[in-house]
Formats: sequence, structure tokens, C-alpha cells
Amino acid sequence: MEKGDEGYGEWEELVAAALLGTDRRRGGGGGPTGSPEALLDAAAVHAVRRRAGLRPAAAHPRPAPAPRDPRPAPPQAAGRRLAQLLAGRSGAVNGGGRRGTAPDLTELLPQWLAAAARHGYRSPNALVPALLDAARARTDLRQQALALAGPRGLWLARMNPDWRFALRGGAGAGELPEVTDRVGVERLWQEGLFAERVALLGAVRAHEAAAAPRLLSTTWATERAEDRLMFLDSLRVGLSEGDEPFLEAALGDRSRNVRATAAELLSALPTSALAGRMAERALACVGPEGVTPPAECDAGMLRDGVVKRPPAGRGERAWWLGQLVEAAPLSCWRERFGGLGPAEIVALPVATGDGWTEELHAAWCRAAVRQRDALWSRALLGPASAPPAAGPGTASLAERAKLLETLPDAERAQWVAEFIRAHGLSEAFQLLGVCVVPWAGALGRAVVDALDTARDAGSYPWSFSGVMGLAERCLDPAEADRLEALTAAAQDLPDAAPGAAAYWAEAFQRLVATLRLRAAMLAELA
Amino acid sequence: MTDQGDRWTAEQVLDLAPDDASRKAGGRLGGAGPWLQIGGSASGSVWGLCKGSGSKPYRTVVDLTGPAYKCSCPSRKFPCKHALGLLLLWSAEGAGEPAEAPDWAAQWLADRAAKVARPAGGRAAPVDEEGARRRAERRAARIDAGVTELEQRLADLLRGGLAGQEQAGYAGWEETAARMVDAQAPGLAGRVRELGTIPSCGPGWPARMLEEAALLHLLDRAWWGVAGLPEGLAATVRSRVGLPASEEGEAVRDRWLVLAQYDTVSPDGRLTTRRIWLRGLEGGRPALVLDFGPPGRPPGLAMPVGLVLEAEMCFRPGSAGLRADLGERFAAAVPCGEVPAGVSTGAALEAYGAALREDPWLESWPVVLGPVVPIPGELGWQLADAEGTSALPVPLTGGGSRSRGGLWQLAALSGGGPVTVFGECGHRGFTPLTAWQPDSTEPVALA
Repeated sequence: MEKGDEGYGEWEELVAAALLGTDRRRGGGGGPTGSPEALLDAAAVHAVRRRAGLRPAAAHPRPAPAPRDPRPAPPQAAGRRLAQLLAGRSGAVNGGGRRGTAPDLTELLPQWLAAAARHGYRSPNALVPALLDAARARTDLRQQALALAGPRGLWLARMNPDWRFALRGGAGAGELPEVTDRVGVERLWQEGLFAERVALLGAVRAHEAAAAPRLLSTTWATERAEDRLMFLDSLRVGLSEGDEPFLEAALGDRSRNVRATAAELLSALPTSALAGRMAERALACVGPEGVTPPAECDAGMLRDGVVKRPPAGRGERAWWLGQLVEAAPLSCWRERFGGLGPAEIVALPVATGDGWTEELHAAWCRAAVRQRDALWSRALLGPASAPPAAGPGTASLAERAKLLETLPDAERAQWVAEFIRAHGLSEAFQLLGVCVVPWAGALGRAVVDALDTARDAGSYPWSFSGVMGLAERCLDPAEADRLEALTAAAQDLPDAAPGAAAYWAEAFQRLVATLRLRAAMLAELA
Repeated sequence: MTDQGDRWTAEQVLDLAPDDASRKAGGRLGGAGPWLQIGGSASGSVWGLCKGSGSKPYRTVVDLTGPAYKCSCPSRKFPCKHALGLLLLWSAEGAGEPAEAPDWAAQWLADRAAKVARPAGGRAAPVDEEGARRRAERRAARIDAGVTELEQRLADLLRGGLAGQEQAGYAGWEETAARMVDAQAPGLAGRVRELGTIPSCGPGWPARMLEEAALLHLLDRAWWGVAGLPEGLAATVRSRVGLPASEEGEAVRDRWLVLAQYDTVSPDGRLTTRRIWLRGLEGGRPALVLDFGPPGRPPGLAMPVGLVLEAEMCFRPGSAGLRADLGERFAAAVPCGEVPAGVSTGAALEAYGAALREDPWLESWPVVLGPVVPIPGELGWQLADAEGTSALPVPLTGGGSRSRGGLWQLAALSGGGPVTVFGECGHRGFTPLTAWQPDSTEPVALA
């Protein structure tokens, strides 16, 4: 009953009487509320009358409608799949290490999101809250999930404090002015929050690379050091010679981190003046005649980003040498070594002979990665079948994975396939991680064959759970039929671990089931 | 009888799952991977062999007209994950051309067909009318005594005043409730327990407590005078007090659209109550089917939202004609394919008010509301008419309220625009259960 309704006063009186109790009221003089029964009778009449006569309330201010999302919703079957994947997100791990034969839905969510993004779909509206929850719980999914949720996700996030995270960072891009709107860009750059400014800088960079340093220069002197570092870092995307003047100026920055980042970016531009200076220094140290590390770290080197103090346990001359070679353009070595190519240079005794070898090769590896030089990477990786320790470049799998990333997709897959055929799976995990999904035919076959070999060797499948998991996510779904033969439960081999055969059959069943699920998932989205 | 062209959606299949774990497990089996020899008959059944970890595959059969399930797996869940997986696969891909069931499936299907064909109410023993009458009299006498005691307790409450209740605690009411159970009046016991919780329910509790005490008093008085009440109201009073329905209700045949299905668990966690709301597409009559799950097990009856069942619904007398039991079914359930027409907020409250004439103790009335706009608010949500300035509040706490998750889902569906919403409209406000977006006939069951 609302204030102002007919009978409200009377009801108030009844409630007051009930609170106080009829015993204490009796002196006050009779009325309908004299006895408890009479009070209850009257209240019952009121209660039913109130309920029967309820009227709607006045509406609160309505939320502004969500901006339209021009993208289509995915087909129904795909939407249902997403709901399943999102529901499987929590508690998909059914305790213990054994995973049974069922696919791990959680691991497929990123692929679903990526595929949906490729097709240009938006999220089904009903799933936007679940997507926001998923994005909140898993930062690795955040960007993709928020992109799929789109404007409706941001609209919703604005009303629920749990989803505030969605309004930070690049996802706020829905609010950005058109990058061609000079005044709008200018105003947001001057007045915006840090996250908005980062998003704006990214958008401007994507539209016209040269506009980003121009925009940065307008406020550079007044930015805080950590913001300068972040802004500078965002120039990594679309880095080109046009950025050199700005970066060169940043070499004189007050902050050491900003200077170091500027130097790193410049050294990735082989034609930059800094690269030239570094080449000059490096060529003076390394040549056909041998290696002579720098004797000192002068002011010029410092300005060009060389860090003077080595980490504990490393000699300072070797440390400086590494930094010089790393930042010098790899193209400068051919002439220095009389026209030899990278493969021949890394094989030279001068480069393999004395105590500086390791330092030199490690620096070349870093340079090849930074300059994305496939020729040098190939030389430093050496043949895939050679034992890792005997290779010319580095035995570190992490470094090798980085080198592989500079190779064209097909060559990378081929190299890793050969590596697995020669050395098995135990060291392949990191290398597989940089191969393009779905895996190329030869690579997939190499992995499956190696798994089959591991089974025959009689070990348990969970020794290979990392690669197995990768295979579930990355093998071409078309391989499922070929794999079917491996899912049959076999007898344990005589010298195998007990029960291993059944576990392997189970693992292969899961692999096949996951591949089929992925095939269905991708077909639904098409 | 059925055509497998009208397959259920995956949501509708997953709604059948007894619990979350089965839902997930069933979902994983919903691909072609583990399945062999999948088939379906023209009479509305599907079957298949599911490869498990054992050497022999499980044999799974589903009778879609039930739905009823049979599986050779050892699971005691019902339906098991294999049945769910099979249904999901069928929902996604169908079961191919209608075929004869293999022997292992045919036997069970035939048994079932025979069981269903048998007339429903095959009275077991000849009724001992004299004995039944004596038992009813004894029970009525015990309830009389219980009601007298309860009236005494209410009078004491009002004599001493509600003000002391905040400190009095719940124990006294729990004891009274136990006395009502002894008096074989479980309906009264439930209301007494409810009454005891009100003082701890926050601001405004005295008015709410007076209201509930008064309605309980009204029920006591009605029980004493039940002989003089019109038949419908008398039946309502008996069922509200907690007596089982004495006579067979009216059977209504229609195409029943499932509007919502949700479970609530009793405060002690021992009993799960499943509420299924339906509406006759021809006659427009609402129906509430209840099912109960014993401790640790979910209710067995499941009706996925958005399906239409051609069936007879047997309405129990009293209680505003809502309570019904599912009678004979005439065809397998099929998806509905249209959005039910909605009414305004004002009409929704009028419908509730009108229903109170039949049952003054009614908490809410099933209503399809729309078009309405959900308005989120930190203090409380509303559903507002798309045109005009009227709105219904959404109860956030206490009986019948839903999780916030469902509300956010509703907001996401609306995007600030109008939606159609099915829910329970009562004196506390409107509780949304199912929603339809403007451009889709697919119902979304709100979590």
C-alpha cells in the first residue's frame, strides 16, 4: 500500500496497533482494533484489498538504448555451441590428472572466438553477460570476448560494477572519434584518460602510421615517464623509417627505460642512423681476423642505449659486445666477411673458434629476431635434424622458437616436422607453439607418428599431455579419420607400463573427439 | 505420431538434464565422435550405441513422446549423460531416415507403448469408503485442534505486540510449525515458518508480518467455516491448509506451451521443487505442474521451455485453477515457433487481483508481459511498459526472486529496447523467468 492510497492511514494505524500490542492499547478505548482477533480481521481485509488493488509504479529513467551492432548474430547452432563452451568454462576440470575421452571445452573457447571474429559475427545477446564473466575471469580471453560482445557488451558493462574492467583499455574504442576528425582526436588526446589515449594512439597509428609520432610530439614534454614508455612501446606496431626522427630524439630522454626502448626500436630499423653507428662499432670488434670486444663503454654508446653494467656473473666486455652486435644491422656482415652469406659466416672458425663464440651467436640470434631476418634465422637454426646442442646458433628452445617465427609459415612447419622426426616430442612443445594453426599436413603427421611411437615405447600418455593438448587444439580436423585407427584399445605391450595401452586409447579417443568437435564448431560458424 | 523434422533445440534438450554435471557430460557426448548405429523411428524414438571407456558400448534409447529414457550404463541419473548426448546429436543432425528399432531398443519401446496405452487410473484395490471417511474425519479433527492452537498463538502475538519479535528469534515459530506438522496441516506449517523469518527481512517488516499473520488468520477462519464456503473456495482452503486434493479435477485438452521451468530447494536442502508453467495455446488457460525430487536427486519431470505438447492437463480443484497434472499426451513435443502475446503492466496486476478472488492466499499469477523495457537499478530493477510511464518492480530478495544473473541476461537481450517477458506477477512485483527478443521466436530461459 502506498502513501496517499485510499485506506493507507487506516493501515498505518493497524500496523502501529500491532507493533504495540492490543494489551497496551486497551486503555486507549475500543475501536475495531480492541481485540487481537478484531485487529487480525481488519488487517486481513486490508491485506487482500491491497493486493487485489495494486497498481503499477512510476517507471524510473530508462537506460539509453545500446548502440546498434551492425554485425550479424552467428547461426543458431554456433550460438548454442558458444553457450556450451561458456558453460564448460567453470569447473571443466573434473579433478585429478586423468581427463577421460571427452574434449576439453575450455580450451576451445579461444578458437571459437577467433573463428567468429574472422566471420565478423557478434555475440548472441543472451550470451553477452556470460562472455563478460568469462572475460573477467580469463585475461587471455579478454580482448576477443569483448570484441565479440561489442557495443552491447560495453553498454551492459557500464551498468554493472563487476564488468567495469571492460571499460578500461582498448575496448573503449567504441567511443573514439573518427581518426580523420582532427579536432575530436586533438581534444581526446589532450583531455582523455590514459586508456582512451592509448586506444586513440593505436587507432591513429593503424590509420596513418606517421600521424602517431606527430600526435605524440604535441604533448611529449609533459607526459609522465611511465606513460612515455607505454606510448613509445605502442610504436612497435607499424614501425617504419618515418619514425626515426622521433625515436632519435627520444634517445635523449630523461628516463633510462625510454632511452633503451627508443634505441631498441631504432636498431630494428636497419637504415637508421643508430643502426649505422652500431654497425660501425660492431664491425670494429668482429671480423674475419677475430673478435675484439670493446674496451670501454663510451658516452656515445650510452646514448645509443647500451647498458653499461652487466648482470651479475657476466664480464662487462662480453656484455657490451653482445649489445653492439645485437643492435647492428645483419646486412653489414656480408661485406665484412668478404661476401659470405649468413650460413657460411656462422660456420666460420673465427666465429666458432675462441671464447667469444657463444656471445657472438647469441647476439646474432637476438638481432635476427629483432630484425625479422629469415636468412640469418635459417642459418642460425641449422638443419632441423642436427642435435640441438651441435647447432650453430643456440640450443635454447625458447630462442629457437623465436627464430622460427621469422620464417615463412610453411618453412617453419617443415622445420619443426623434421625436428620431431629426428628428436621426438620431448623438446618440441615450445617449437610447436609457434606453428600456424591448423598444423600443416607434414607437421601434423610428424606429431601423430611421434605420439604413436611414444605409445609403442610403453610410456604413459600423460608424459606427453602438453603436446597432446596442443594437438587437440592445433591438428587439422581433417586428420580425425586417419587417427581413428589409433583409438582402438590395444593389449599392453610386454614391457609397457601397466594399463598404458588403455590410457593411450583413451587419449587418442579424446584427440579424435576434439578434432571432430572443432570441425563441427567451425562448420557451424561458416 | 511424430515427425523428426521438428527437432528440439539443444537448450530444450539440456533443460532435461538432472543437474549441471550431467549437462556438461551430455554436452561432451553430443557430437558424432563416440556414437554408432544412430537411428530413429517414425513413432518418435531415437537410439544409438555410445562408446565409453569399457569394451562394450552403452545402448541408449529415448522415447520422445515421454520423454522417457533407457540406457545400459550404470548411471543413476535420469536422463543419463548418454541419453542427453544422443538427444543433442539428434537435435543437431537428426537421426536419418525413420527406421525399425534394433532388437535391443525395440523390446523396451514396445513395453513402454503397452504401459502408456493402459488406462491411466487403474484403481488398484476396491475402495474402503467407510474406512476412508473415518480417516478423513480423524484428520479433520486433528487439523481443527492445530488451527485452534495456531489462532491462540496469533492472538498472543498481537496481544504482546510485534515489536518484541525482532529479539524473540525464530525458535518459537519453528516449534509452532512443528506442532502444525503434528496436526497434519503441512500448509499451515509452511506459512508459520515463513512468518517466523519476516522480522529478520529488513525495513518494513512489521507491516509485512502483520499482513502475513492476518492472511494466516484468514485461512484459520476459513478452515472453521469451510463447510459453508462455495465449492471452489472450499477446495482452495483445504489445499492451502495442506490436505491432498480429494476429487479428480477437470481434464482440459489443448496444445500446451511450456513457458518456464525452474527448481527451488527447500531451506534444509532436502527437497527440490520443480515448477513448470504452461499455457494452452487454444484456450489460453495457464497451468502449473509441480514435481518433487527426493534428497540428493532432481525431480524426474522435465519440460523444456518453448516446446508445445498436445496433451490433457488435469486441473486440481481450488487454488485459482492453476495446479495441474499432466495427463495423456497425444504427440511428441514440438517447438512452438511464435512469441506469445504480452499484456501491459496494469493488465498484469489486474489479472493477479482477479485471481485473488478465487484464492486470496495466491502469491503470484503467471503473466506474459510485453512489450516492456527492463530498467536496471542499484536499488531495484523494474520492467516498464514500452509506451507510457508504468512499471513493475522486480523482487530481488525473498521468495520467488531470481538470481541477478538472469536479470543481466534480460538486460542484455533488451539492449534498452522492448522485449516480451514471461514471469510471475504478484504483490511483491514481477519475477521474470523467460524472455523473447523482438526479432526472434526463440525463448530464452533466464538463468
